[in-house]
Amino acid sequence: MLLSLPALHLQTSEHHPLFQLPHGRLGPWCSPTGSPAPLSCEAGCGEGSWILVCRLLVPTQVSLLSMEEDIDTRKINNSFLRDHSYATEADIISTVEFNHTGELLATGDKGGRVVIFQREQESKNQVHRRGEYNVYSTFQSHEPEFDYLKSLEIEEKINKIRWLPQQNAAYFLLSTNDKTVKLWKVSERDKRPEGYNLKDEEGRLRDPATITTLRVPVLRPMDLMVEATPRRVFANAHTYHINSISVNSDYETYMSADDLRINLWNFEITNQSFNIVDIKPANMEELTEVITAAEFHPHHCNTFVYSSSKGTIRLCDMRASALCDRHTKFFEEPEDPSNRSFFSEIISSISDVKFSHSGRYIMTRDYLTVKVWDLNMENRPIETYQVHDYLRSKLCSLYENDCIFDKFECVWNGSDSVIMTGSYNNFFRMFDRNTKRDVTLEASRENSKPRAILKPRKVCVGGKRRKDEISVDSLDFSKKILHTAWHPSENIIAVAATNNLYIFQDKVN
Amino acid sequence: MMLSKGLKRKREEEEEEEVVEKETLTVDTWWLDSGPPTAQAPPVVASNSLFDLSVLKLHHSLRQSEPDLRHLVLVVNTLRRIQASMAPSAALPSVSSPPPAPMETDNLLASSDAALSASMAGLLEDLSHIEGLSQAPQPLPDEGPPGRPIGGAPAGLGALDLLGPATGCLLDDGLEGLFEDIDTSMYDSELWAPAAAEGHKPDSENGLGKEEAPVLDEAELDYLMDVLVGTQGLER
Repeated sequence: MLLSLPALHLQTSEHHPLFQLPHGRLGPWCSPTGSPAPLSCEAGCGEGSWILVCRLLVPTQVSLLSMEEDIDTRKINNSFLRDHSYATEADIISTVEFNHTGELLATGDKGGRVVIFQREQESKNQVHRRGEYNVYSTFQSHEPEFDYLKSLEIEEKINKIRWLPQQNAAYFLLSTNDKTVKLWKVSERDKRPEGYNLKDEEGRLRDPATITTLRVPVLRPMDLMVEATPRRVFANAHTYHINSISVNSDYETYMSADDLRINLWNFEITNQSFNIVDIKPANMEELTEVITAAEFHPHHCNTFVYSSSKGTIRLCDMRASALCDRHTKFFEEPEDPSNRSFFSEIISSISDVKFSHSGRYIMTRDYLTVKVWDLNMENRPIETYQVHDYLRSKLCSLYENDCIFDKFECVWNGSDSVIMTGSYNNFFRMFDRNTKRDVTLEASRENSKPRAILKPRKVCVGGKRRKDEISVDSLDFSKKILHTAWHPSENIIAVAATNNLYIFQDKVN
Repeated sequence: MMLSKGLKRKREEEEEEEVVEKETLTVDTWWLDSGPPTAQAPPVVASNSLFDLSVLKLHHSLRQSEPDLRHLVLVVNTLRRIQASMAPSAALPSVSSPPPAPMETDNLLASSDAALSASMAGLLEDLSHIEGLSQAPQPLPDEGPPGRPIGGAPAGLGALDLLGPATGCLLDDGLEGLFEDIDTSMYDSELWAPAAAEGHKPDSENGLGKEEAPVLDEAELDYLMDVLVGTQGLER
């Protein structure tokens, strides 16, 4: 269907420099060995067997070349691309999201860029390549801005990306930073018109007096070009920092949530939004709780949930009233008195909330656990999974170094049978809801040799440490996996570790 | 006699240590690779060090040009919990409903609590005022009229004064240290009437002083807004 792409070109605009892959299809996004072959491996462990499909390095900002740059600069920049240890803070991946078919995978980073990867198509010649993702498009979604009124810089970091379901040949996604949501259209162009009457082949205008005959312009094939254009900009509606966006199942509206408010938008209308939740107290002095995440129900376009910093989830029905300050359901688990500490509230703060694909359950992530709730039972979750309970005794230190405020995300697999979330030391955890088994895996360069087995990891809590175990004190807290994504129908997962994107696949696949 | 006194004290310290162990600030930096763990703080001030840490965090958060609201709220709530546990007899309305009644005792803790809540409240209030001002082009109903006089701001920012002396160990030189490196050359214009600077510390940087001016009249405000925002005017 799609040809292999010798180079990727972006529509030039005054804001978006052209980006061009310097060489090859995989370009700089190869494994460290430079080999373009997928890193597959074998054999099993725990919960099915996971193999590393590819490790993708988000390119540094330096690599965004413009066509006008001279050869020397381009050579220098190419060498940056090959130097895998060079990474700026702008390259830190801040969000990962598969589209609804799983064909595309989008990442957003701290530098405001969006990189979209596309799945390699199955072909008879290169069967082993299937499942690999290659760069499809990359563009600068948000730029740093300056709010002159408040004398503040607005970060360009992409907080969330959400895809719209595909309705025509083009792909649409929403991307947001702290203040502004943008709708991007990503489309392909593989033909261009030739034979204009008023322009010559170089595009220069012709003197009409010199035209003696007319011809009909024809479309001729050209090298495939993927363009990203901003179609809508939804700005000036959020006083506080946007933490979530969610596309409604009606595909006509979406919501954006900040610390204190949630707004409902229509995709076609950018100068107006409806405020549907407002928890800002009349006296800011009374502020004790903020909104941490929000999501629409996957099937019921009138229903959504939002979570709070106090560990509660509220389900709201937009049919009840225009302003959904009064919830329809209120989910909260009573505090366990034996676990009470000064940090109880902080660790109960929910960092992510996700509906199951079925719409029957919601999953929440707080600092130490992942919980699954049945929408019909508000007083406690139906399942609780310990992500890294060994940190419970270290909360004070984690408070001191601010790690206790880290916001981990969580995801469902396509069938809602397995849930996944990240941890520290580049570990991520999977929990099988049916078998009640769990596994800890690691996403790191050192431990992912080509064709190596993805071994389950184990953290040792007590005194005796077995050979392959890692002691709690050796964990690297700067290596945190906050963002992960699961393919909507297959066992393919994307794990973001700082500036690296790992794609793993279930071997059985 | 002296010996037995010494022994007795030691036992009490141990008991206290056990009790607060769970909450004690573990000052060992095991999660970093650097150096040996520093000595543990004396148990009798263990909770104080957690309190101090929290105040430090609050400070740091407040100093951000745009504080992370979630972080701020969580730190403040944690701080209130710590305060409540440290001074259970004195933990009254101050913990649950601001503004707190002024503490009658003279110890650092009580005054910190009052100052803290007041400054916290003030800053959040101030945040809301500033947010309100920036809402000018927005069609949504908002928190108070954007045209609210800037006089509202001083109450909030003025409360920052309290942070200085109250938590003296953190800001020994009061507010001056906070604003040392702010370039205020753009504010050195006669738009900012000298009267505006009255009543504030003479060394206080103009950047803060101007915003604290309660006597800035609306015509000047309009002018300023027009300058800053361009053709966008504030809705009245």
